[in-house]
Amino acid sequence: MATILSSILEAHDGEVLAQWLVALKASGGTGGGRIKEGELQTQCRHFLDALRQALATAKNSDGNIQGAAFEDVRELLADVSRSRAAQGFSPTETASFVFSLKQPLFERLRQELGGDTARIVDESWQATQVLDQLGLYTTEIHQKSREDIVARQQAEIAELSTPVVKLWHGILALPLIGTLDSARTQVVMENLLQSIVDQGAEIAIIDITGVPTVDTLVAQHLLKTIAAARLMGADCIVSGIRPQIAQTMVHLGVELNVVSKASLADAFALALQRTGRTVVRSKLAGTLAART
Amino acid sequence: MIVARDDTLVIRNPDDVVRVRQEVRARAVAAGFGLVDQTKIVTAASELARNTLDYGGGGKARIEVVQNGARKGLRLTFEDQGPGIPDVELALKDGYTTGGGLGLGLSGARRLSNEFQIHSVVGEGTRVTIARWK
Repeated sequence: MATILSSILEAHDGEVLAQWLVALKASGGTGGGRIKEGELQTQCRHFLDALRQALATAKNSDGNIQGAAFEDVRELLADVSRSRAAQGFSPTETASFVFSLKQPLFERLRQELGGDTARIVDESWQATQVLDQLGLYTTEIHQKSREDIVARQQAEIAELSTPVVKLWHGILALPLIGTLDSARTQVVMENLLQSIVDQGAEIAIIDITGVPTVDTLVAQHLLKTIAAARLMGADCIVSGIRPQIAQTMVHLGVELNVVSKASLADAFALALQRTGRTVVRSKLAGTLAART
Repeated sequence: MIVARDDTLVIRNPDDVVRVRQEVRARAVAAGFGLVDQTKIVTAASELARNTLDYGGGGKARIEVVQNGARKGLRLTFEDQGPGIPDVELALKDGYTTGGGLGLGLSGARRLSNEFQIHSVVGEGTRVTIARWK
């Protein structure tokens, strides 16, 4: 296909590289100095090499970058794009890596072909087609890597925010934090039920201090969790119901049909009492405290 | 009545319901609502936004900060182009649901707000408007 391009890249690779680096810095493709000079140079040199080889070996002239000839170029660009996405580059900054190559290349084309205007237009069009596709490909990979990061963080949040805590023998606590959407509620339920089995718990305290809004869906999720725990022989206590939540729930018409307490401390005291334990202040500790 | 601020949010997935809640809470705080009033309007917004998504197939939420003389308030409008509600009276009954929920969302939202209007045409969609005054 565009053999003139590959021969330009072969003969003048040093000049093209130098001009490209200047154009890259001017268009913000370095992300404000977040990428090191040496690293950028290496990436650019490798890309030019790969592009030259791809252009030389590609047979058809439609400039399709999905072919086997462009495999190395695509792989290299994907690496560049992923590392930039991880470093927090914007899509524009990432795509500039490819697009800023246009200016030096077109400049070279003009010099090589002299006054042959028709040929310049023709070659420029082919070069544009290839570079545009490569630029869009970088953006696509960039977006995909960002989505991967978001998905991973969501998974991490889902796991982190649903710990089941053992307060005493047979007493578990589940401090809920944030929005209770269905996907997370599923994780919460499974964690709690599994912990009840593992620890042979009699009482599970579900603390909703960290849940900002309790609507009918949240209430329904709570009721289902409580019912499932009851089937497994554990009683639930709901704690952390703030005054405004209590009033709102009454207006909504939601009845939890479960023992509830205002604070986790109250719920724990009740759980201890139900399992036949009491908390007493040690006399020895009292006298020690008085002496100091 | 003066409308001091007017925002429209799109409801297309469960994350949008969370955004509607956060936006309504921010507006309620800015309007000087107390903690109980904030919680009530946010909860009502949550119910209606989820109805818009689950039964209306998605739609729009309009959040207006309104002022009537010395009184400040929030007016929320939820609109969808879904199947509509054939029997609004029945839908407003406690415990009635067609979707496996508790059946308290719509009626609960009415109890949580000072003004409540519902307009639904089968095959065209549903519009619910609520207002809560400070």
